[in-house]
Amino acid sequence: MSSVLKISNLHVSVGETPILRGVNMEIRQGEIHALMGPNGSGKSTLAYALAGHPNYTVTEGSIEIDGVNITEMEADARARLGMFLAFQYPVVIPGVKVADFLRHAVTNVRNPDRKEGEGLIGMREFRKEIRERMTELGMDQEFARRYLNDGFSGGEKKRMEILQLAMLQPKFAILDETDSGLDSDAVRVVSEGIAKLSGPQMGVLIITHHERLLEANPPQYTHVMLGGRIVETGDASLAHDLHANGYAEIRARHPDASADNAKAEAAAV
Amino acid sequence: MSTDAPVKSEKSEVEIGAYKYGFHDPTENYAFKSRKGLDAQIVRQISEMKKEPAWMTEFRLDSLAIFESRPMPNWGGDMSDLNFQDIFYYMKASQEQGKSWDDVPDDIRKTYDRLGIPEAEKKYLAGVKAQYESEVVYGSLQEDLAKQGVIFTDTDSALQEHPDLFREYFGTVIPPGDNKFAALNSAVWSGGSFIYVPKGVKIEFPLQAYFRINSQNMGQFERTLIIVDEGASVHYVEGCTAPTYSSDSLHSAVVEIIVKRGARCRYTTIQNWSNNVYNLVTKRAMAYGDSLMEWIDGNLGSKLTMKYPAIWLMEPGARGETLSIAFAGEGQHQDAGAKMVHCAPNTSSRIISKSISKKGGRSSYRGLVKVHKDAVNCRSNVVCDALILDPASRSDTYPYIEVEEENVAIEHEASVSKIAEEQLFYLMSRGLSEAEASAMIVTGFIEPLVKELPMEYAVELNKLIELQMEGSVG
Ligand SMILES: Nc1ncnc2c1ncn2[C@@H]1O[C@H](COP(=O)(O)OP(=O)(O)O)[C@@H](O)[C@H]1O
Ligand SMILES: [Mg+2]
Repeated sequence: MSSVLKISNLHVSVGETPILRGVNMEIRQGEIHALMGPNGSGKSTLAYALAGHPNYTVTEGSIEIDGVNITEMEADARARLGMFLAFQYPVVIPGVKVADFLRHAVTNVRNPDRKEGEGLIGMREFRKEIRERMTELGMDQEFARRYLNDGFSGGEKKRMEILQLAMLQPKFAILDETDSGLDSDAVRVVSEGIAKLSGPQMGVLIITHHERLLEANPPQYTHVMLGGRIVETGDASLAHDLHANGYAEIRARHPDASADNAKAEAAAV
Repeated sequence: MSTDAPVKSEKSEVEIGAYKYGFHDPTENYAFKSRKGLDAQIVRQISEMKKEPAWMTEFRLDSLAIFESRPMPNWGGDMSDLNFQDIFYYMKASQEQGKSWDDVPDDIRKTYDRLGIPEAEKKYLAGVKAQYESEVVYGSLQEDLAKQGVIFTDTDSALQEHPDLFREYFGTVIPPGDNKFAALNSAVWSGGSFIYVPKGVKIEFPLQAYFRINSQNMGQFERTLIIVDEGASVHYVEGCTAPTYSSDSLHSAVVEIIVKRGARCRYTTIQNWSNNVYNLVTKRAMAYGDSLMEWIDGNLGSKLTMKYPAIWLMEPGARGETLSIAFAGEGQHQDAGAKMVHCAPNTSSRIISKSISKKGGRSSYRGLVKVHKDAVNCRSNVVCDALILDPASRSDTYPYIEVEEENVAIEHEASVSKIAEEQLFYLMSRGLSEAEASAMIVTGFIEPLVKELPMEYAVELNKLIELQMEGSVG
């Protein structure tokens, strides 16, 4: 049976400021969803809330995986249940080698009941696996020995996110602007990488402003976010239409959400 | 007072229950123990016990006078609990072993197991195996070292066996008048290492020694003297662990190093004192032409550590480097740093200091870069990074720069980071628990130091950090 990620009437605040105002969405394993919307509409907030960022407080509503309420779970527990977020801005961790970090992560995610201090997955099989995945993503093997995201270019950071996705094989992957800030070669590599990884075992939520990523990974559903709500949902043609025509019509159709979004955009400056 | 008859323990049991974490040997088990407190009589007695030459007895007494005449430092850390009259200044262990492995408390054994410390070393660290404080007994000195003319012994033996060499250098780098605690050490010193590396001899493997404090209220005043002759090289490694005792304990060592022309010396210390120890150490090296001196200094534990390894760059081409980390946990204050004194042209120095504060711990970087007049073309680079793990903890930076010469290049950078919430979240979103993620961030933070350590120390230090972090979150 395929798993379901169910987001119901989700309200999220950062500090005292409400940002998401009742988001509903259902993603099944094997489906690709696109999430679009102007800057400040709350896309990254949704991504963080799903991954369990402690500063993003759920004030109402719930997040469930296969009926299990994960709204109060810590980020690591969610990861062990199969949640993955490819960060819009991956974080630099000086002094921590990619391979050491990933071996820990892979061990915990594949063996969710592991007690602290219990052994990690075998060095040899891990090395073989990471080497294969890096080759597939066209990454230099040297990256495994580098410090996590330290001194990486924008494109290298995004590729590192995809490598982690490949190693952790989550049930649900949220890709937050994985294609932004990249040159077109890098966009191609990342798009193809995602296409290879997604499949019947993965539900994907792609947050993007560009069309390339969606061309390689055509969505069954396109959601448009405005002012912290999903104001419209359609199929791949909606994404195409937004790329061609922008958000003016959407804003006109949803004046209340549009007003909230304008406030958020002003606050963000 | 009788000094020759060893006092033997009547007790077969070790008193453990009274101590929360630590354990101690029955103090009756010492061949000789001075009474508590400090005065000329005790100093004379120490010197007499050690059958020292008259000049050393005089040196000690003069040092005591200096110690008594100096006020307590009013900077650095809080030493108001420190009572110099409530300390034993000298003990000589008897040959008897008072303790068996079965007497070592479970939690301490578990810590050793989790650190993966080898059996033999465990017993030593737990005080089961020989090696009592004050007089450091070294195992078999590598034969080939001896053949090359290397002397590696404890400082007391060196005074007896190499009196001329000893007297030529002892107290020349750090005279008793240098500071109150150097004077104290000079008055009551005991144990420590003495190393002489002859011209051109390069020792390939690190020389190692352990010290630990072994008795309640036992001050530890070891005195180390290292002479690296022209073109020679040595890496000395010193590690400490101490069980916890119920009352305050003082450790005040002096380390003097002479690095002659073209020689290299690296001195690595990892100290993990228990939370009640005052660790007030004076370390200084004199580096001559084209030589290299490196201090690598890791400070975990203790109640208060005040330690600023110094390098005096005496002749052109001398280089000095200090790499230090401090980990300040609950109730701990690490006041550590480095001093670089450029006395000659074309000398260079580098200080890298990293500190971690958690659970209300406090760490301070205190450093001095001094350039004397006419020491042209000197360079110095200072980098200090502080990592603060929670809002209750604290970090300060006190950089002092005294430059009497214009033609120099001095850089100073300081950064303070909170354990970034974003870093923690990033790692946790990949399935690492909060403790694992924090340990990983901290381990990464000190990686530049750890990779300079001998393998066993690196592994041990990383595991200690992991253990420290386990209790620190949630
Ligand atoms: N950590 C934060 N602190 C303060 N405000 C935030 C934070 N994260 C998001 N916001 C605010 O929430 C709104 C939505 O931001 P975001 O979710 O990043 O939008 P998007 O990803 O759609 O551009 C903006 O007004 C933004 O300023
Ligand atoms: Mg965003």
